[in-house]
Amino acid sequence: MANQPVDQGKRRFLIAATTAVGGVAAVAVAVPFVTSMLPSARAKAAGAPVEVDVSKIEPGAMITVEWRGKPVWVVSLTDDMAKTLSGHDDNLADPKLEVTSQQPEYCKNPTRSIRPNLMVMEGVCTHLGCSPSPKLQPGGDMGGDWQGGFFCPCHGSKFDLAGRVFKGSPAPTNLVVPPHKYLSDAILLIGEHSEGAV
Amino acid sequence: MMKNVEKCMVGTLAWVDKRFPLTSNIKAHLTEYYAPKNFNFWYFFGSLALLVLVLQIVTGIFLTMHYKPDATLAFGSVEYIMRDVSWGWLIRYMHSTGASMFFVVVYLHMFRGLIYGSYRAPRELIWLFGVGIFLVLMGEAFFGYLLPWGQMSYWGAQVIINLFTSIPFIGPDVSEWLRGDYVVSDATLNRFFAFHVIALPLVLLGLVVAHLIALHEVGSNNPDGIEIKEKKDPKTHIPLDGIPFHPYYTVKDIVGVSVFLIVFSAILFFAPEMGGYFLEANNFIPADPLQTPAHIAPVWYFTPYYSILRAVPPIFNSQFPGVAAMGLSVMIFALLPWLDRSPVKSIRYRGALYKKWLALFVVSFVVLGYLGTKPSNVWGVFDAGTWIFGGVDRATVVARIFTLTYFLFFILMPWYTKKDKTKPVPERVTV
Repeated sequence: MANQPVDQGKRRFLIAATTAVGGVAAVAVAVPFVTSMLPSARAKAAGAPVEVDVSKIEPGAMITVEWRGKPVWVVSLTDDMAKTLSGHDDNLADPKLEVTSQQPEYCKNPTRSIRPNLMVMEGVCTHLGCSPSPKLQPGGDMGGDWQGGFFCPCHGSKFDLAGRVFKGSPAPTNLVVPPHKYLSDAILLIGEHSEGAV
Repeated sequence: MMKNVEKCMVGTLAWVDKRFPLTSNIKAHLTEYYAPKNFNFWYFFGSLALLVLVLQIVTGIFLTMHYKPDATLAFGSVEYIMRDVSWGWLIRYMHSTGASMFFVVVYLHMFRGLIYGSYRAPRELIWLFGVGIFLVLMGEAFFGYLLPWGQMSYWGAQVIINLFTSIPFIGPDVSEWLRGDYVVSDATLNRFFAFHVIALPLVLLGLVVAHLIALHEVGSNNPDGIEIKEKKDPKTHIPLDGIPFHPYYTVKDIVGVSVFLIVFSAILFFAPEMGGYFLEANNFIPADPLQTPAHIAPVWYFTPYYSILRAVPPIFNSQFPGVAAMGLSVMIFALLPWLDRSPVKSIRYRGALYKKWLALFVVSFVVLGYLGTKPSNVWGVFDAGTWIFGGVDRATVVARIFTLTYFLFFILMPWYTKKDKTKPVPERVTV
């Protein structure tokens, strides 16, 4: 036995086989560690829908609600504010709402809302996730051309009152309209899709 | 009596040396490590970086004794350290000042490498380990900044993690995995704590050891960029231009340490927030996931890269180019050893062309750094009628120009270092 020459082929095979099996084992061991960093069952369960009473929002005002840890805005538009939404399509990056991920099908309309005067959208900039500041009134510190909308303080993205992004902003897409529906005239439910028109 | 004590010590040392290479290591790395005799001011920053590393580790250990990595308790525990823990304010301010001073020292250390060509062969690996250290340091700073759970902590982390969302295809899943939640939350804070206090420090220490082992293998560069190992005493084999690191440079470094500690203490005791550059005002407000502060900016040491991120416009509705440019602006340092084609290492023997490019790079870095601390409309907007730039923020245009020159410094380096008129390098170092 001791005098037999080394079988290089067998040695290479054993090294390759051990490496392969060891590699598989290493990946298998890594799986629980890597997946432990995903959102936990508790984090997933925290995404329950929230009910909002919208009857007390004055026209021209907005409220901020927390849903899944994110700010959701409910903006009540006056007629003057609603008028600002038409006529500046040329300045918008996606006026026709072609990026369909940004709003549910039932909000794919000129005001991006179920009710024309009540906007519901996530107050999370589509650039890097800051919460834009409401600049609802025309002019002010936003300059004379400003007709009202939202301005992100982090990187200067600008949105109109329907959350549509202006061209030239770092934000690539319009603000997200979350799934929502009206349970009654006064009660809005954020987090569940509307079935059919309301 | 004294004789006996000495005998006992020599005996003990011999006992240890048979079991552990103590004396030989002291010789190899200190008393018989021959460094060039012409080190100047720029050579203080390596040892100072080591000093700050020790400071950060020690103060960090004492902070973890009182800090609570919990979204409901974190902000309060930092205030508790500042107000109720004996000397807690001192330890915390040492740690926060130390973070900024780490970057001051490391940027100067890197600049030294840049001007004297310390990244050139045979020191490429030292440089690569150094780039690794720089990256880990940026990670440490980023993870650590979330821990006080103030408004800047929260929104800074929100923005940086969302950078990953722009990676094509896998982006959204990656950022969710990093956060461990759909928004920055307790889960994120808890894991950032783990990264900050144990995972990255271990990697950092490993890289520092590798950096030093590689340095002591090939020997230090010097302001003349001459290899002192090429001219050795034929009898002793000691480089003719080398002097033992200890005691010569240990003593020199003590002077550096003293001056550094004076500056450090001045900041620590008189301006620990450094006018909002070391600790931002908004971070004294608890994190509020529903409200972004009116102006957010990273801490000063990240602002050049942050400016580059902001300067690159979205392409095809994707912000990925900006994110990629920012990542590249940091990683590109790793390519320096292979971009530089000059026959000489040190700036002393380079021509005017290289010096102009270096000056342009420094100006780009500083201007981008300044703009990164300001909102993008800091210099107003070009009038709507202006050619091409109508309606664009003036500062954004400036940032775009300097982003370009920042990258051109690297991209054109093979060309201008080759074309440059260099001066003859002397045989021996000049003092």
